Parts: sequence; C-alpha cells; structure tokens
Amino acid sequence: MKNIIIIGATSAMAKEVAKLYAIDKANLYLIARDISKLDTIKQDLIVRGASTVYTAEFDANQFDSHETLIEQAFQTLEQVDVLLIAHGSLPNQERCQTDCSKAIEEINTNGISVISLLTHAATKMEQQQSGNITVITSVAGDRGRQSNYVYGAAKGMVSIFLQGLTQRLSKSGVHVLDIKPGFVDTPMTAEFDKGALWAKPEKVAEIIKKRISKKNSFSYTPAFWFAIMTIIKFVPKAIFNKISL
Amino acid sequence: MKKLTSWGKYPLINANIIIPTTRQHLAGLELTGIGRGLGRSYGDSALSEQVIVSENLNHFISFDEENGLLRCEAGVSLDNILTVFVPKGWFLSVTPGTKFVTIGGAIASDVHGKNHHLEGSFSDHVTSLTLVISDKEITCSRNNNPELFHATCGGMGLTGIITEATFKLKPIKSAYINQKIVKAKNLNTALELFEQYKDVTYSVAWIDCLSTGSNLGRSLLMLGEHADKGKLKTHKDGLLNMPCDMPSFLLNKYTIQAFNSAYYNKQLKEEVNSTIHYDPFFYPLDGINNWNRMYGGNGFTQYQFVIPKEAGKEGLTEILEAIAESKQGSFLAVLKVFGKGNQNLLSFPMEGYTLALDFKLNDKLFSLLDHLDIIVRKYDGRLYLSKDVRISEEMFKASYPQWEAFQTLRTEYGADELYHSLQSKRIGL
Ligand SMILES: Cc1cc2nc3c(=O)[nH]c(=O)nc-3n(C[C@H](O)[C@H](O)[C@H](O)COP(=O)(O)OP(=O)(O)OC[C@H]3O[C@@H](n4cnc5c(N)ncnc54)[C@H](O)[C@@H]3O)c2cc1C
Repeated sequence: MKNIIIIGATSAMAKEVAKLYAIDKANLYLIARDISKLDTIKQDLIVRGASTVYTAEFDANQFDSHETLIEQAFQTLEQVDVLLIAHGSLPNQERCQTDCSKAIEEINTNGISVISLLTHAATKMEQQQSGNITVITSVAGDRGRQSNYVYGAAKGMVSIFLQGLTQRLSKSGVHVLDIKPGFVDTPMTAEFDKGALWAKPEKVAEIIKKRISKKNSFSYTPAFWFAIMTIIKFVPKAIFNKISL
Repeated sequence: MKKLTSWGKYPLINANIIIPTTRQHLAGLELTGIGRGLGRSYGDSALSEQVIVSENLNHFISFDEENGLLRCEAGVSLDNILTVFVPKGWFLSVTPGTKFVTIGGAIASDVHGKNHHLEGSFSDHVTSLTLVISDKEITCSRNNNPELFHATCGGMGLTGIITEATFKLKPIKSAYINQKIVKAKNLNTALELFEQYKDVTYSVAWIDCLSTGSNLGRSLLMLGEHADKGKLKTHKDGLLNMPCDMPSFLLNKYTIQAFNSAYYNKQLKEEVNSTIHYDPFFYPLDGINNWNRMYGGNGFTQYQFVIPKEAGKEGLTEILEAIAESKQGSFLAVLKVFGKGNQNLLSFPMEGYTLALDFKLNDKLFSLLDHLDIIVRKYDGRLYLSKDVRISEEMFKASYPQWEAFQTLRTEYGADELYHSLQSKRIGL
C-alpha cells in the first residue's frame, strides 16, 4: 500500500493520478484550496478503492503555512512514497504586462510557492532516504514566448530548481520527476479549441504514474513534445521574434 | 457560442455551452436550457440554444456493497462505472448498446438494454435521484416526490438538471458472457426463437432489412448469459478511430445489400456457441471511435419504434416490406422484445417488439419515415425520443398518452419555463 501526498489535488491531472493510485488501494493525502471540492474527490476515491483519504486546505501564496502543512502530511502518513505538486494558475498575459502586482502574484503561485513547498519536503524525503517527488511544470518553461512568458518564467524557474534538486537527492535515493505537459484538455483550458496536440488528463496521469514507478526522469508528456520543444528551443532568435507563438 | 450536434450529426446548431464545475455551482447558476451528457442521443433532444453539460459532475459518492447500491453524480459514464466496478465483481443492471452515455442521459432517456424483457429499463433500478430546478435541489424516489421521479425518469431532461442518482448494480462472477447465435431464416422464425429463448437474460436480433419475400426478416438472434468462469477483467479503450467523414456515396443500396448478405452468411451453422468478453457483446461499435462518421457529412438518424405484442408479426411485416420496397436499407437493424413498461410518464418501452434502424440522411428519407409513422400509429406503437429528430407534435401526443400529465407536472414545478430542447419545442412540450 503506497502513501501519496498530492498538492493541488483538485486539478484535473492530479485528480486522474489520484484515481490511479486509489485503484491500488493507496493512502492519499490531498491538499488543495477548495475544501468542498476535496470532499467530493475524497468520496470518489474511496468508492474507487483508496484505503484512506485525508484532506487539507491550503493557500499556495501563504508561504509561512507551508512548513506545517508538509510536516503534518508526513507525520500523518509516516512514510511518503510519492509527493505530487500539481497546483497552478493560467495567468492572463496581457494583464500581467500592465499590472506588475498581478505578474508577481502569478510568479508566486506558479513558481515561488512550489519552491517553498519543495524546500520543506526535500528535507523530509532526504531523511526518509526513499520516495519520489513529482512536480507538474510546463513546456512553456522551456523558452519564453510573448503569449505567456510570465507563466513560462515561473514554470521555468521550478524546472531549473528541480534539476538541482534531482542531483542533490539522487544521493539519498529519492527520485525527482519534472513533468512538462504540452496542451492538456482540462477545465483550465476549456476556452481553447482543441486540436491533435491536445492530450486528455487521464492519459497524462497514466504517463506520470508509469514514470514514477519506473524511476524514469523524462519530462515531456506526452513524449512527442520533446520533438516540438527541441525545435522551438532552437529556432534562431531573429526568426523567433517574427513569429507569433 | 459553439457549433454543437449530437450522435446523428444532424442538426448542427450554434449553442451556448455551460459546464458547471460542481453540483453546488450548478444550483447557484439558475440555468435555463437543456441538460446534456455525452451527446449520444441521435437527434435534437440534447440540443438547445443553451446546454448545461454534466462533464464535471463525474464523481462517485458512495457504494453500498451489501446491496450493490451505487450513488454517483450524473455525469459519470457507464464506461467509468465498468472500469471501476467490473474488477470488484459488479455490472450494470441495464446497459444500452454503447458505454459512452452518462447516468443523467441514461435516466432522462430511461434507456433499455438486451434484458428489458426480464429486467426492465435503467430507471427501474434507480432508487433515488436529485434534480436541480432553477436554484432548488429536489431529491425524489418512488416514495419521495414520486410524481417528479416518474416524470424525470424518461423525461428527456425537461423536468430539470439531474445532478446525482443512486441505483443498483448486479453482482457478476466473471467479465465474460456465454453467447449463442442462432440463425433465423425469416421473421416468423425469429419471433418464434425469441419466444423459445424468453428466459435467457440477454437477447437481440440483427435483421437483414433488405431481404424480401420468403426471406423477409431473416436475422441472427444473439443470446447471452453472464458466465460463471473467467477473470473480472475490465475493457480496454477503443483502438480504431474513424478519422474523418466518409464520402457519403459509399453507403448506398448496393453496398448495404452486400454488407447485410455478407453479415448474415458469415455464420454458416444454424447455431454457434462461444464465450466472449462483455465489451464486444454489449458494445460492438464502441471499438471504433467516431463510427458515426461512416454515414458521411450529412449525418444519419435512427428510427426506433415499438409496437404492442399483439400487433407483432403483422406490424413488423408491413414495416419491413415498406423499407425493403423503398430500397433505403439500413446497416444496422436491430429487433428486440420488450417486457412490460413502467410507470414513467414518457418512458419509451412497452410490452412488444422494438426495431431500431439506422438511415443515412437524404432528401427522400423523411417521406419514408413519415410513411413508417403512419404504420406505427396504426398498430398503436410509438417512437423513441432519444433517437428522434423529426416526429410531429401530433405523432408524439397521439402515441405518448401521458404527455398531458407530464406537462402539468412540469408547469407545477416551473420547469416548463426553464427547460427546452429543439425536440421539446417541435413536439409541443
Ligand atoms: C451506439 C449507440 C447505441 C445505443 N444503444 C441504445 C440502446 O441499446 N438502448 C437505449 O435505450 N439507448 C441506446 N442509445 C441511446 C443512448 O443510450 C441515449 O441517447 C442516452 O440518453 C445518451 O446519453 P448521453 O449521456 O449521451 O445523453 P445526451 O445524448 O447528452 O442527452 C440525452 C437526453 O438526456 C438528457 N440529459 C442528459 N444529461 C442530463 C442531466 N444531467 N439532467 C437532465 N437531463 C439530462 C438530455 O436533455 C437529453 O434529453 C444508443 C446510442 C448510441 C450512440
């Protein structure tokens, strides 16, 4: 029986990951902003087969609450096999360009809050000498683009942080996984028209679970995003600046 | 505004699509329009200028293992349920021919399966449901607000938005079905076989509806029982996909005739027994995603009627003759015997024979279907609203005698002011 902590547990991808672990009768510790949504998810996971489901409320931008939050989750579960961080928001880029406080808030939600949580959790995992830390970042963090570089900057920051953390924690046998999904069909992207590049959250969840169990650290999800991002990263600046991505 | 259509791909309309995030959110929005699940109804019953989609209401709430009672939100699909519950040894009490329908859709259409003659329709296994009318949440069952319960089950979304329900699952020992396929050389033999096998849980016949004369109604009768042995293994996702609309000339009387003959003659022996997984047995078409594209860009419709048992042989013969004469054959013609109907005001099944026919839409089709309507009415039958896209108000009101009681109840709850579909406006509800 595995013990799993999920932060941002009401997000579409996290929910699907939780369902997969529930079938395996896992103990789940779910953390999210909206406790009433968590209650609904908790009931669902219990019907699916989860052994126990704990829930806790949190606000990503209350950094000083993070230590206790992580402390409590680790204490409750005793041994943590997987910690998944999945919370985030999709900012309105145009607004961030004119409203600096909004830009900072988005960087805090998508970047700093994750780093804060990771800092507390990493120590715990290191003491355990085992387990997995998975964070959902984004392909948007690979190269800043005019349409969403505030979001991209926050996600990119987390990815770089994770690179270092991976190296550090490899010495204690802790597996770190940075998941960079491309387009995912979730309530957050309900307004977009969906084409062939869009993946369902169920699919992304399956990939995440498989990579965790195999200790694989490949980031792009689904894998074809590796090819797309390789091209995007290497488009020369002179051309890149002319296209409207 | 987005383009929206249902399974038959006709009509295609512009609609405002609302996807409430939670049950509580839904009640707070005081929405009007029509409820919608996975859009697996063929016609215009889930189409309106505004649709309220149950996509996010996809959570299980509780499961009582002792009695097999599952409580879940209305947007949970049969597919979701099978995935979770088959491995635990439970199956749907009633399932239609596709698993991609929601609980809300299954209740609103009071769907039937291959076991109707013994186990009734979906709503017969529902013990309770919750409905939102404007901002009010009302729970109903056979004892609690029974009128609203019997109007909502089979009520095509016209009494409000169903948000959750509790219903019985049935225990199974294996995910497999013992299947028997028997050849029937004509309609008479097919009806005799149905009678002979009336105690078998699942039965349905595929009819070659282009054959005529002494071959009229030749068919394959498919029978099934849950097997005792075999793993409790759930289904896999469909692997094939129909990537785009097929050119519509591909389906014409010659190709359909060829297909039907080939299908009938595929089985040489009179009787074949086998054990197959529940997925191909109940959901043969689910393996091909978007198979509705086979009918081309103009779309298609399904004509499904039921006529009382007494009228059986005569009525079916008359209808099959009319279809064969029109040469507008259908790939899929499915015959089934219904057991007794229930008390739900607009539920489709009644004791008798039901035939479902898929037709590609074209200019000549509606006049054929109007002609079939006359025959169905003559024999006191009716059409299934969940498949319909064209019947007249007169046809509806003549064949659903409880429509007035339904409408009165709708008015009583104020639902008539709030919930409409293209279909409801057409049929005068
Ligand atoms: C391949 C195939 C095979 C089929 N086989 C069968 C069969 O064997 N037997 C059978 O009975 N049917 C069959 N059907 C029809 C199908 O079962 C019904 O049309 C069913 O209602 C579709 O469910 P849905 O969730 O897609 O609902 P939709 O098509 O979205 O809606 C159908 C009706 O339900 C209402 N509705 C949906 N959700 C709600 C809600 N939450 N609250 C209130 N109203 C709601 C809508 O307003 C509409 O009137 C088949 C359909 C297909 C495509």
